[in-house]
Amino acid sequence: MLKIEAVLQPSKLDAVKDALLEAGIEGMTILEARGHGRQKGHTEFYRGREYTVDLLPKVKIELVLLDDLKEKAIQAIIGAARTGRIGDGKIFVSRIDEAIRIRNDERGETAL
Amino acid sequence: MVIFSPAALAQTPASAPVTQAQISALQQAVVNAQSAGDNAWMLVSAALVLLMTGPGLALFYGGLVRKKNILGTMMQSFAMMGLVTIIWAICGYSLAFGHGNAFVGGFEHLFLRGVTLTPNTDYAATIPEQTYMVYQLMFAIITPALITGAFAERMKFSAMAVFLSLWSVFVYCPMAHMVWGVGGLLNSTGGHIPSLDFAGGTVVHVTSGVSALVTCIFLGKRIGYPQTNMPPHSMVLSFIGACLLWVGWFGFNAGSALGASPLATSAFINTHFAAAAAALGWTIAEWIHNGKPTALGAISGAVAGLVAITPASGFVQPFPALLIGLIAGAFCSFMVFEVKSRLRYDDSLDAFGVHGAGGTLGALLTGLFATSAINSIYGKGVPTGAIDGHWGQELNQLAGVGIAWSISIVGTLVLLFVVDRVIGLRVSPEQEAEGLDLSQHGEEGYDLNS
Repeated sequence: MLKIEAVLQPSKLDAVKDALLEAGIEGMTILEARGHGRQKGHTEFYRGREYTVDLLPKVKIELVLLDDLKEKAIQAIIGAARTGRIGDGKIFVSRIDEAIRIRNDERGETAL
Repeated sequence: MVIFSPAALAQTPASAPVTQAQISALQQAVVNAQSAGDNAWMLVSAALVLLMTGPGLALFYGGLVRKKNILGTMMQSFAMMGLVTIIWAICGYSLAFGHGNAFVGGFEHLFLRGVTLTPNTDYAATIPEQTYMVYQLMFAIITPALITGAFAERMKFSAMAVFLSLWSVFVYCPMAHMVWGVGGLLNSTGGHIPSLDFAGGTVVHVTSGVSALVTCIFLGKRIGYPQTNMPPHSMVLSFIGACLLWVGWFGFNAGSALGASPLATSAFINTHFAAAAAALGWTIAEWIHNGKPTALGAISGAVAGLVAITPASGFVQPFPALLIGLIAGAFCSFMVFEVKSRLRYDDSLDAFGVHGAGGTLGALLTGLFATSAINSIYGKGVPTGAIDGHWGQELNQLAGVGIAWSISIVGTLVLLFVVDRVIGLRVSPEQEAEGLDLSQHGEEGYDLNS
């Protein structure tokens, strides 16, 4: 089992969600987040004063899925979220030791 | 002169002679008709001026603070709607508009004694004195409310309430009496130094703006200013507030004609023109200075223009009004961008930069552009401002501004010192970090999880 975490531009959330569903990935968790990567936010002006806003609104998608769906999911996210500009976001993949369905204590891959 | 309307003539058969009684009845009908028209406009104007404080100013200032302080900020304006009303009824109106000396009114109208539904010919001959009283009350409300912008996000509610109540008695009432009261020192008709202030450039904006500057210096900066970011939390609220201020200002300036007269039309147009030109002036200055035209710049500019045209609104032609607005927009943006950051005071919402600076500028430009063609206040054809050739008016304007600055600085300093000793002006650092909404009122402006 793998966990895929993707940090995205909020405006790309719907497109990514649709692409993942089309790729056959059914479960996901969406978090509203703030953060920055290398681009380090932007500046705003209020009455001549400059404010640096370094934490920008982002969304984070978390998926836990079977190993063989990894490439399909990654391609779906990249296909929907890429604009080619700075700030498109990142995808992180990690191993998951266990999954448990709370309703019936089902364990492992069948719990997904 | 009696004007016979067809309806009046119809009551009198052509054969019968017109009696004295009929003429008197007709004269009374004409007086009543004018009073009805003027009173209707003045009651609407009074409501418009109240609209400037709540919700106008409350929204404008409320949007500019951080979200933990929105209710505290709005409550400061709202508290003035309550407190100043009570003070005005007890003694404020009397101290401003009673017969007193050159500096302050007398006590004959304490508890509104003698303020009836018949006109007071000293001030407005065609409307009930109670209309005049309530119209002036709305000015007395917004003036201390304007000061709250300078000490935003850090004063105790209790100290604010006491300080601004005292301020309205000891600074506002004398200044209003000097400029508008019978026998007032600066009164344009009969004062020792006839100074032109149509709708309150010195009485409202210079006093509030200068007192704002004094207060923010006395109180000190907000914790973390200017190192920490303190951007406005809702430009949308400020935007709505500024637009309501613009609309309410028609009551403020055009209402100051005290009747539904051609002079009201002149003030209405000048008000609108100056606001438009000042929005442009600030925006251009900001575009050059910072590279972008901001929404906050545009609305701040409009307010600066409204401030600057206030003393001039019933004295100048439309094109000088445009010019006054344009200059005010550029000048106030310079005060806010450059002067505030150089001198390092924390006038949080720029009450001084807009009202103090704009009011002072407006008072001086009034002396320059006032013309007897619009308002022959010194008599038919007698030159009014410098544009008519009466350069001496500029000296009178300077005197008016100087007195407004002086009474504001001294009065505010004394009152702040006293209130600080008795109550303490500032909230504790913990309360300041927590925000005024929770620490002063036990409420939150936004609870989106409830």
